[in-house]
Amino acid sequence: MSDLPLVQADRAVPPPAATTTTGGRGRRLRLLSRTDRVVIALMVLVPLLLVVALVWLPALATVALSTTDWDGIGPVSEIEFVGARNYSDVVNIYPPFVPAVQNNLLWLAALFVVATPIGMFLAVLLDKELRGTRFYQTALYLPVVLSLALIGFVWQLIYSRDQGLLNGVFGTDVDWYGDPDVNIWAVLVAAGWRHVGYIMLLYLAGLKGVDPSLREAAAVDGASEPSTFFKVVFPVMRPINIIVLVVTVIESLRAFDLVWVINKGRNGLELISALVTANVVGEASRIGFGSALATIMLVVSLVFITVYLATVMREDRR
Amino acid sequence: MSEATAPAPARRPLRPARVLLHVFLAAVAVSWLFPILWAVLTSLRSYEYTAANGYVSLGGWTFDNYVTAWRTAEFGQHFLNSVYITVPAVLLTLFLASCVAFVIARFSWRTNLILLGLFTAANLLPQQALLIPLFRLFTQVPLPEFMSDSELLYDSYWGLILVNVAFQCGFCVFVLSNYMKALPRDLYEAAMVDGASVWRQYWQVTMPLCRPALAALATLEVTWIYNEFFWATVLMRTGDKFPVTSSLNNLRGEFFTDNNLVSAGSVLVAIPTLVIFFLLQKQFVRGLTLGASKG
Repeated sequence: MSDLPLVQADRAVPPPAATTTTGGRGRRLRLLSRTDRVVIALMVLVPLLLVVALVWLPALATVALSTTDWDGIGPVSEIEFVGARNYSDVVNIYPPFVPAVQNNLLWLAALFVVATPIGMFLAVLLDKELRGTRFYQTALYLPVVLSLALIGFVWQLIYSRDQGLLNGVFGTDVDWYGDPDVNIWAVLVAAGWRHVGYIMLLYLAGLKGVDPSLREAAAVDGASEPSTFFKVVFPVMRPINIIVLVVTVIESLRAFDLVWVINKGRNGLELISALVTANVVGEASRIGFGSALATIMLVVSLVFITVYLATVMREDRR
Repeated sequence: MSEATAPAPARRPLRPARVLLHVFLAAVAVSWLFPILWAVLTSLRSYEYTAANGYVSLGGWTFDNYVTAWRTAEFGQHFLNSVYITVPAVLLTLFLASCVAFVIARFSWRTNLILLGLFTAANLLPQQALLIPLFRLFTQVPLPEFMSDSELLYDSYWGLILVNVAFQCGFCVFVLSNYMKALPRDLYEAAMVDGASVWRQYWQVTMPLCRPALAALATLEVTWIYNEFFWATVLMRTGDKFPVTSSLNNLRGEFFTDNNLVSAGSVLVAIPTLVIFFLLQKQFVRGLTLGASKG
């Protein structure tokens, strides 16, 4: 660490005039004492070690294990390399895989096509600084405070076949959480309920950041409110749009708690995350096989994480 | 993000369109609150009454569900478990993340972007994708008995604290480094002239200035780590040691037919986050949007 070029001061920020007048001091500012170097190294290395050991090395290990047939019990020396066999097994002879992919995609579509526009629309309405806007906002993002596991329980009170509100009101006899034909939709309503609040909040923050003069100019030109939004405001919020996109994709991919508390992600509620978990902590621990599933998740998420990082870091440099 | 606490800007007379807008927003807000209110309502009614008269009825008011849920489910112990995990995890996350963020914001190294990327991306990876190696690792790492009666990182508070810190660091590094980059450079120049060490520049110059961001992050991280379900479910085995969010799942089986009790349990679990939320709403909201925009 110590042989890194220790350049002080951000390039973007010109040095204050005072340092340029006292030439000698300017050079001294560039030097760091030995203690300072040790401190800096510790400040970075301790957290880095933790993140590498508990996140990045496991991620690499998952990829490596996905090419083996390890059952998780035998000694590491007995691990056999099987190439892409786990992947072909996942796709070809593992019945829950296709439903899981479908459900993950459905989850993404529901959050993206339904919940996100609703959240954005509500943000636009709430951005008008109405009286009582605080109450509306609070009501909408209150679900974001709750855990998804808890949301599973809260909605059970509405969906339960014998004790639920829906069947009570409509006199129906649908097992909303248990019937494999409808439960994914029921769960998506609950997940969307929470997502709308989150998206609304992100867009509300984004809208506050839009230069008011842009809107004024559009108003002077006689543009209607919708066309001002779509032609002026929306494009300016590009970074927020990308963040919302990535957040939605990643949330859909990571969705887990809700289906796990309902029926451990079985019987119509298959998700890749639940399959991975079931393969590891369930009765049959198939490490290599589970790792192949996990690697698929990892690769998909890394694509979007890269997009996210590229966006936020570009914003950073501005 | 500026909350609309400012004096209400309704200087113009109410137009019909405005009234319509209010009606619409009020309807949406009430329907959004409804599931939570319904849970509260259900929790306050006796099972016998609702079983006999249906849930769409009025009456049978009682607090017994709370008493029963608290006692049968040993919520006291589970809340304590959540405190044992959440408090150290949040403090450690903020401390470690602020260290990294300080170095990233204070010094211009070519490695900074990589560092920032390593931390931020770690926060976004799907946890399940890391489960297999982490699970094996945690069952292999021994701990002395006085630290964990499982004598392993697996099934111990320490393990959960570490894994939460490792995951949450990324978000905090990202937010704090952005925040610190916006601090005036002259401060550091002045501190250097006074001979302040790097540690002092971090601890006595930077950290006090970061209080608003730290407060926002602390609020957010407390709710996130308290709400954390996945790691506690897979890295804990002993029922007594579960934090309260994941303990609820293990308890549901017992009350499977008694939704009134389940709702009382849900309300109990939600109370700490709701209290934090209403007391520190501004911080919470600011925290959620800090990562997305620098408003």
